[in-house]
Amino acid sequence: MLVLGTCPTLAVTTAAINGIGMGAATTFVLVCSNLIISMLKNLIPNKVRIAAFIVIIATFVTIVDLVMKAYTPDLYKALGIFIPLIVVNCIILGRAEAFAQKQSIWPSVLDGIGMGLGFTLAITLIGSIREIFGNGSIFGLRLLTEQATTVLIFVLPPGAFVTYGLLIAIMNRIKLRLKI
Amino acid sequence: MEYILVIISAVLVNNVVLVQFLGICPFLGVSNKIDTSLGMGVAVVFVMSLANLVTYLIRNYVLVPLQIEFMQTITFIFVIAFLVQVVEIILKKAAPALYQALGIYLPLITTNCAVLGIAILAIQKNYDLLMSVLYAAGIAAGFTFALVLMAGIREQLALADTPKGMRGFPLSLVTAGLLSLAFMGFSGIVK
Repeated sequence: MLVLGTCPTLAVTTAAINGIGMGAATTFVLVCSNLIISMLKNLIPNKVRIAAFIVIIATFVTIVDLVMKAYTPDLYKALGIFIPLIVVNCIILGRAEAFAQKQSIWPSVLDGIGMGLGFTLAITLIGSIREIFGNGSIFGLRLLTEQATTVLIFVLPPGAFVTYGLLIAIMNRIKLRLKI
Repeated sequence: MEYILVIISAVLVNNVVLVQFLGICPFLGVSNKIDTSLGMGVAVVFVMSLANLVTYLIRNYVLVPLQIEFMQTITFIFVIAFLVQVVEIILKKAAPALYQALGIYLPLITTNCAVLGIAILAIQKNYDLLMSVLYAAGIAAGFTFALVLMAGIREQLALADTPKGMRGFPLSLVTAGLLSLAFMGFSGIVK
Protein backbone atom coordinates (compact mmCIF):
# COMPACT_ATOMS: atom_id res chain seq x y z
CA MET A 1 0.00 0.00 0.00
CA LEU A 2 2.62 2.48 1.07
CA VAL A 3 4.92 1.62 -1.79
CA LEU A 4 2.41 2.59 -4.50
CA GLY A 5 2.16 6.27 -5.41
CA THR A 6 5.66 7.21 -4.35
CA CYS A 7 6.05 10.45 -6.29
CA PRO A 8 3.28 12.48 -4.61
CA THR A 9 4.14 10.89 -1.26
CA LEU A 10 7.64 12.30 -1.43
CA ALA A 11 6.91 15.55 -3.16
CA VAL A 12 4.01 17.16 -1.35
CA THR A 13 4.65 16.06 2.25
CA THR A 14 6.55 19.14 3.38
CA ALA A 15 3.61 19.94 5.69
CA ALA A 16 0.79 17.90 7.23
CA ILE A 17 -1.94 19.98 5.57
CA ASN A 18 -0.53 19.24 2.10
CA GLY A 19 -0.79 15.53 2.93
CA ILE A 20 -4.50 15.92 3.74
CA GLY A 21 -5.13 17.97 0.60
CA MET A 22 -3.35 15.52 -1.67
CA GLY A 23 -5.04 12.60 0.09
CA ALA A 24 -8.50 14.14 -0.30
CA ALA A 25 -7.93 14.87 -3.99
CA THR A 26 -6.65 11.35 -4.64
CA THR A 27 -9.52 9.78 -2.65
CA PHE A 28 -12.10 11.75 -4.64
CA VAL A 29 -10.63 10.61 -7.94
CA LEU A 30 -10.27 7.04 -6.68
CA VAL A 31 -13.90 6.78 -5.46
CA CYS A 32 -15.41 8.41 -8.55
CA SER A 33 -13.34 6.41 -11.03
CA ASN A 34 -14.06 3.16 -9.16
CA LEU A 35 -17.78 4.00 -9.22
CA ILE A 36 -17.90 4.77 -12.94
CA ILE A 37 -15.66 1.86 -13.93
CA SER A 38 -17.73 -0.64 -11.95
CA MET A 39 -20.89 0.72 -13.60
CA LEU A 40 -19.44 0.52 -17.10
CA LYS A 41 -17.52 -2.71 -16.70
CA ASN A 42 -19.81 -4.65 -19.07
CA LEU A 43 -19.75 -1.93 -21.72
CA ILE A 44 -15.99 -1.48 -21.97
CA PRO A 45 -14.37 -3.92 -24.42
CA ASN A 46 -11.53 -5.79 -22.78
CA LYS A 47 -8.92 -4.76 -25.36
CA VAL A 48 -9.24 -1.02 -24.84
CA ARG A 49 -9.96 -1.12 -21.12
CA ILE A 50 -6.74 0.58 -19.99
CA ALA A 51 -7.31 3.49 -22.38
CA ALA A 52 -10.94 3.74 -21.23
CA PHE A 53 -9.88 3.73 -17.56
CA ILE A 54 -7.36 6.49 -18.23
CA VAL A 55 -10.02 8.70 -19.87
CA ILE A 56 -12.32 8.21 -16.88
CA ILE A 57 -9.56 8.92 -14.37
CA ALA A 58 -8.27 11.93 -16.31
CA THR A 59 -11.79 13.39 -16.40
CA PHE A 60 -12.05 13.36 -12.61
CA VAL A 61 -8.50 14.65 -12.24
CA THR A 62 -9.46 17.60 -14.44
CA ILE A 63 -12.52 18.24 -12.24
CA VAL A 64 -10.38 18.20 -9.08
CA ASP A 65 -7.80 20.43 -10.76
CA LEU A 66 -10.37 23.09 -11.71
CA VAL A 67 -12.24 22.93 -8.37
CA MET A 68 -9.06 23.29 -6.30
CA LYS A 69 -7.81 26.12 -8.49
CA ALA A 70 -11.06 27.99 -7.79
CA TYR A 71 -11.68 27.27 -4.09
CA THR A 72 -8.31 26.45 -2.45
CA PRO A 73 -5.73 28.49 -4.39
CA ASP A 74 -3.07 28.24 -1.65
CA LEU A 75 -3.24 24.46 -1.50
CA TYR A 76 -3.36 24.36 -5.30
CA LYS A 77 -0.12 26.30 -5.43
CA ALA A 78 1.52 24.08 -2.79
CA LEU A 79 0.59 20.84 -4.58
CA GLY A 80 1.34 22.33 -8.00
CA ILE A 81 2.22 19.88 -10.75
CA PHE A 82 1.20 16.90 -8.64
CA ILE A 83 -2.54 17.52 -9.04
CA PRO A 84 -2.61 16.80 -12.80
CA LEU A 85 -0.18 13.97 -12.09
CA ILE A 86 -2.81 12.14 -9.99
CA VAL A 87 -3.73 10.68 -13.38
CA VAL A 88 -0.54 8.59 -13.42
CA ASN A 89 -0.75 7.60 -9.74
CA CYS A 90 -0.43 3.83 -9.83
CA ILE A 91 -2.89 3.35 -6.94
CA ILE A 92 -5.84 4.55 -9.01
CA LEU A 93 -5.22 2.55 -12.18
CA GLY A 94 -4.16 -0.38 -10.00
CA ARG A 95 -7.48 -0.43 -8.11
CA ALA A 96 -9.45 -0.01 -11.34
CA GLU A 97 -7.66 -2.96 -12.87
CA ALA A 98 -7.56 -5.20 -9.81
CA PHE A 99 -10.90 -4.44 -8.17
CA ALA A 100 -13.45 -2.11 -9.76
CA GLN A 101 -13.65 -3.84 -13.15
CA LYS A 102 -14.66 -7.12 -11.49
CA GLN A 103 -16.94 -5.96 -8.67
CA SER A 104 -20.35 -4.34 -8.38
CA ILE A 105 -20.88 -0.69 -7.51
CA TRP A 106 -20.99 -0.66 -3.70
CA PRO A 107 -17.89 -2.75 -2.99
CA SER A 108 -15.96 -0.64 -5.53
CA VAL A 109 -16.97 2.62 -3.87
CA LEU A 110 -16.07 1.25 -0.42
CA ASP A 111 -12.77 -0.03 -1.78
CA GLY A 112 -12.05 3.44 -3.15
CA ILE A 113 -12.87 5.05 0.20
CA GLY A 114 -10.73 2.54 2.12
CA MET A 115 -7.72 2.81 -0.18
CA GLY A 116 -8.04 6.59 -0.33
CA LEU A 117 -8.18 6.91 3.46
CA GLY A 118 -5.16 4.61 3.83
CA PHE A 119 -3.19 6.75 1.37
CA THR A 120 -4.33 9.97 3.08
CA LEU A 121 -3.32 8.64 6.49
CA ALA A 122 0.11 7.56 5.25
CA ILE A 123 1.01 10.83 3.55
CA THR A 124 -0.42 12.91 6.40
CA LEU A 125 1.78 10.94 8.81
CA ILE A 126 4.89 11.60 6.71
CA GLY A 127 3.85 15.24 6.32
CA SER A 128 3.42 15.59 10.10
CA ILE A 129 6.82 14.08 10.86
CA ARG A 130 8.54 16.33 8.36
CA GLU A 131 6.68 19.42 9.55
CA ILE A 132 7.37 18.74 13.24
CA PHE A 133 11.10 18.17 12.79
CA GLY A 134 11.72 20.59 9.96
CA ASN A 135 9.51 23.47 10.95
CA GLY A 136 8.61 22.90 14.62
CA SER A 137 4.90 23.03 13.88
CA ILE A 138 1.98 20.81 12.95
CA PHE A 139 -0.93 21.84 10.69
CA GLY A 140 0.57 25.33 10.93
CA LEU A 141 0.37 25.41 14.77
CA ARG A 142 3.68 26.26 16.45
CA LEU A 143 4.95 23.56 18.81
CA LEU A 144 8.29 25.20 19.54
CA THR A 145 9.27 28.79 20.16
CA GLU A 146 10.60 30.87 17.29
CA GLN A 147 14.17 30.61 18.64
CA ALA A 148 14.21 26.82 18.77
CA THR A 149 16.54 25.13 16.31
CA THR A 150 14.74 22.93 13.80
CA VAL A 151 16.22 20.32 11.50
CA LEU A 152 15.69 22.17 8.24
CA ILE A 153 16.79 19.17 6.16
CA PHE A 154 13.45 17.45 6.91
CA VAL A 155 11.49 19.91 4.77
CA LEU A 156 14.08 19.81 1.99
CA PRO A 157 14.08 17.04 -0.66
CA PRO A 158 16.60 14.72 1.10
CA GLY A 159 14.39 14.67 4.20
CA ALA A 160 11.52 13.21 2.18
CA PHE A 161 13.55 10.24 0.99
CA VAL A 162 15.09 9.54 4.40
CA THR A 163 11.83 9.90 6.40
CA TYR A 164 9.92 7.67 4.00
CA GLY A 165 12.74 5.10 3.87
CA LEU A 166 13.06 4.91 7.65
CA LEU A 167 9.27 4.64 8.13
CA ILE A 168 9.11 1.65 5.80
CA ALA A 169 12.16 0.14 7.49
CA ILE A 170 10.38 0.43 10.87
CA MET A 171 7.26 -1.20 9.40
CA ASN A 172 9.34 -4.03 7.94
CA ARG A 173 11.05 -4.50 11.28
CA ILE A 174 7.69 -4.78 13.07
CA LYS A 175 6.46 -7.25 10.44
CA LEU A 176 9.60 -9.38 10.87
CA ARG A 177 9.17 -9.31 14.66
CA LEU A 178 5.55 -10.43 14.46
CA LYS A 179 6.43 -13.33 12.17
CA ILE A 180 9.02 -14.65 14.64
CA MET B 1 23.54 31.46 -23.13
CA GLU B 2 19.97 31.20 -21.94
CA TYR B 3 19.74 27.73 -23.51
CA ILE B 4 22.91 26.54 -21.78
CA LEU B 5 21.61 27.74 -18.42
CA VAL B 6 18.34 25.87 -18.91
CA ILE B 7 20.26 22.67 -19.61
CA ILE B 8 22.60 23.03 -16.62
CA SER B 9 19.66 23.82 -14.39
CA ALA B 10 17.70 20.81 -15.68
CA VAL B 11 20.56 18.33 -15.32
CA LEU B 12 22.09 19.36 -12.01
CA VAL B 13 20.27 22.04 -10.05
CA ASN B 14 16.67 20.92 -10.50
CA ASN B 15 17.41 17.25 -11.01
CA VAL B 16 14.12 15.65 -11.94
CA VAL B 17 14.31 12.69 -9.58
CA LEU B 18 16.30 13.96 -6.64
CA VAL B 19 14.92 17.47 -6.34
CA GLN B 20 11.56 17.50 -8.13
CA PHE B 21 10.43 13.96 -7.23
CA LEU B 22 9.23 12.98 -10.69
CA GLY B 23 9.80 9.49 -12.05
CA ILE B 24 10.61 7.88 -8.72
CA CYS B 25 9.06 4.52 -9.72
CA PRO B 26 11.46 3.75 -12.60
CA PHE B 27 14.27 5.37 -10.62
CA LEU B 28 13.85 2.82 -7.83
CA GLY B 29 12.70 -0.01 -10.08
CA VAL B 30 15.34 -0.08 -12.82
CA SER B 31 18.41 1.03 -10.87
CA ASN B 32 19.73 -2.46 -10.06
CA LYS B 33 22.43 -2.60 -12.70
CA ILE B 34 24.43 0.08 -14.51
CA ASP B 35 23.81 -1.21 -18.06
CA THR B 36 20.03 -1.57 -17.67
CA SER B 37 19.82 1.91 -16.19
CA LEU B 38 21.80 3.31 -19.14
CA GLY B 39 19.34 1.62 -21.52
CA MET B 40 16.38 3.08 -19.65
CA GLY B 41 18.08 6.49 -19.62
CA VAL B 42 18.58 6.57 -23.40
CA ALA B 43 14.96 5.52 -23.96
CA VAL B 44 13.76 8.29 -21.62
CA VAL B 45 15.88 10.99 -23.33
CA PHE B 46 14.39 9.95 -26.67
CA VAL B 47 10.73 9.75 -25.58
CA MET B 48 10.79 12.81 -23.35
CA SER B 49 12.21 15.14 -26.03
CA LEU B 50 9.73 13.81 -28.56
CA ALA B 51 6.84 14.09 -26.08
CA ASN B 52 7.64 17.73 -25.34
CA LEU B 53 7.89 18.52 -29.04
CA VAL B 54 4.50 16.95 -29.79
CA THR B 55 2.66 18.25 -26.71
CA TYR B 56 3.94 21.78 -27.44
CA LEU B 57 2.60 21.61 -30.99
CA ILE B 58 -0.72 20.12 -29.90
CA ARG B 59 -1.26 22.67 -27.17
CA ASN B 60 -0.43 25.71 -29.28
CA TYR B 61 -2.02 24.63 -32.54
CA VAL B 62 -5.00 22.58 -31.36
CA LEU B 63 -5.99 23.24 -27.75
CA VAL B 64 -5.42 27.00 -27.64
CA PRO B 65 -7.20 27.87 -30.94
CA LEU B 66 -10.18 25.72 -29.89
CA GLN B 67 -10.09 27.24 -26.37
CA ILE B 68 -10.11 23.84 -24.68
CA GLU B 69 -6.96 24.19 -22.56
CA PHE B 70 -8.71 22.38 -19.71
CA MET B 71 -8.47 19.21 -21.81
CA GLN B 72 -4.68 19.37 -21.39
CA THR B 73 -4.27 16.49 -18.92
CA ILE B 74 -6.42 14.07 -20.90
CA THR B 75 -4.86 14.98 -24.24
CA PHE B 76 -1.28 14.83 -23.00
CA ILE B 77 -1.58 11.42 -21.35
CA PHE B 78 -3.03 10.04 -24.58
CA VAL B 79 -0.41 11.66 -26.76
CA ILE B 80 2.35 10.19 -24.60
CA ALA B 81 0.87 6.69 -24.54
CA PHE B 82 0.33 6.87 -28.31
CA LEU B 83 3.83 8.21 -28.90
CA VAL B 84 5.45 5.39 -26.96
CA GLN B 85 3.53 2.85 -29.05
CA VAL B 86 4.55 4.54 -32.31
CA VAL B 87 8.20 4.77 -31.28
CA GLU B 88 8.11 1.10 -30.37
CA ILE B 89 6.64 0.07 -33.74
CA ILE B 90 9.01 2.28 -35.75
CA LEU B 91 12.07 1.07 -33.85
CA LYS B 92 11.01 -2.53 -34.33
CA LYS B 93 10.88 -2.05 -38.12
CA ALA B 94 13.63 0.49 -38.73
CA ALA B 95 16.28 -0.29 -36.13
CA PRO B 96 15.90 -3.83 -34.78
CA ALA B 97 19.24 -3.65 -32.96
CA LEU B 98 18.21 -0.53 -31.06
CA TYR B 99 14.82 -2.08 -30.40
CA GLN B 100 16.51 -5.12 -28.89
CA ALA B 101 18.37 -2.86 -26.52
CA LEU B 102 15.56 -0.45 -25.59
CA GLY B 103 12.46 -2.56 -26.27
CA ILE B 104 11.67 -3.66 -22.76
CA TYR B 105 12.04 -0.14 -21.36
CA LEU B 106 9.65 1.56 -23.75
CA PRO B 107 6.34 0.31 -22.31
CA LEU B 108 7.60 1.24 -18.85
CA ILE B 109 7.96 4.85 -19.93
CA THR B 110 4.21 5.35 -20.37
CA THR B 111 3.83 5.02 -16.63
CA ASN B 112 6.75 7.36 -15.97
CA CYS B 113 5.11 10.40 -14.42
CA ALA B 114 8.16 12.48 -15.32
CA VAL B 115 7.21 12.50 -19.02
CA LEU B 116 3.75 13.95 -18.37
CA GLY B 117 5.10 16.15 -15.57
CA ILE B 118 7.83 17.73 -17.69
CA ALA B 119 5.43 18.31 -20.59
CA ILE B 120 3.10 20.22 -18.25
CA LEU B 121 5.97 22.09 -16.55
CA ALA B 122 7.37 23.26 -19.90
CA ILE B 123 3.93 24.67 -20.77
CA GLN B 124 3.66 26.37 -17.37
CA LYS B 125 7.08 27.96 -17.83
CA ASN B 126 6.01 29.36 -21.22
CA TYR B 127 9.02 27.95 -23.05
CA ASP B 128 9.18 28.23 -26.84
CA LEU B 129 9.51 25.12 -28.99
CA LEU B 130 13.32 24.83 -29.05
CA MET B 131 13.59 25.67 -25.35
CA SER B 132 10.92 23.13 -24.47
CA VAL B 133 12.69 20.31 -26.31
CA LEU B 134 16.10 21.28 -24.87
CA TYR B 135 14.57 21.43 -21.40
CA ALA B 136 13.14 17.91 -21.83
CA ALA B 137 16.47 16.58 -23.11
CA GLY B 138 18.28 18.18 -20.16
CA ILE B 139 15.80 16.82 -17.64
CA ALA B 140 16.07 13.35 -19.18
CA ALA B 141 19.87 13.56 -19.10
CA GLY B 142 19.62 14.45 -15.42
CA PHE B 143 17.34 11.46 -14.90
CA THR B 144 19.88 9.18 -16.59
CA PHE B 145 22.71 10.67 -14.54
CA ALA B 146 20.88 10.07 -11.26
CA LEU B 147 19.80 6.58 -12.37
CA VAL B 148 23.36 5.50 -13.28
CA LEU B 149 24.80 6.95 -10.05
CA MET B 150 22.14 5.11 -8.06
CA ALA B 151 22.78 1.85 -9.93
CA GLY B 152 26.50 2.09 -9.20
CA ILE B 153 25.82 2.53 -5.49
CA ARG B 154 23.24 -0.25 -5.39
CA GLU B 155 25.56 -2.71 -7.15
CA GLN B 156 28.00 -2.21 -4.27
CA LEU B 157 25.28 -2.21 -1.61
CA ALA B 158 23.97 -5.58 -2.81
CA LEU B 159 27.19 -7.14 -1.50
CA ALA B 160 27.03 -5.43 1.89
CA ASP B 161 25.54 -6.98 5.00
CA THR B 162 22.58 -4.72 5.76
CA PRO B 163 19.89 -4.99 8.49
CA LYS B 164 16.98 -7.20 7.39
CA GLY B 165 14.30 -4.55 7.83
CA MET B 166 16.25 -2.06 5.69
CA ARG B 167 16.78 -4.36 2.69
CA GLY B 168 15.22 -3.45 -0.64
CA PHE B 169 12.95 -0.43 -0.84
CA PRO B 170 13.89 1.40 2.42
CA LEU B 171 17.62 1.18 1.72
CA SER B 172 17.09 2.51 -1.82
CA LEU B 173 15.13 5.44 -0.42
CA VAL B 174 17.76 6.35 2.15
CA THR B 175 20.47 6.07 -0.53
CA ALA B 176 18.41 8.35 -2.76
CA GLY B 177 18.16 10.75 0.19
CA LEU B 178 21.94 10.92 0.51
CA LEU B 179 22.31 11.43 -3.25
CA SER B 180 19.73 14.18 -3.06
CA LEU B 181 21.71 15.80 -0.26
CA ALA B 182 24.78 15.74 -2.51
CA PHE B 183 22.82 17.33 -5.36
CA MET B 184 21.76 20.16 -3.06
CA GLY B 185 25.35 21.30 -3.35
CA PHE B 186 24.54 22.42 -6.89
CA SER B 187 21.74 24.74 -5.82
CA GLY B 188 22.60 28.36 -6.40
CA ILE B 189 24.63 27.76 -9.59
CA VAL B 190 21.65 28.81 -11.69
CA LYS B 191 18.73 30.77 -10.38
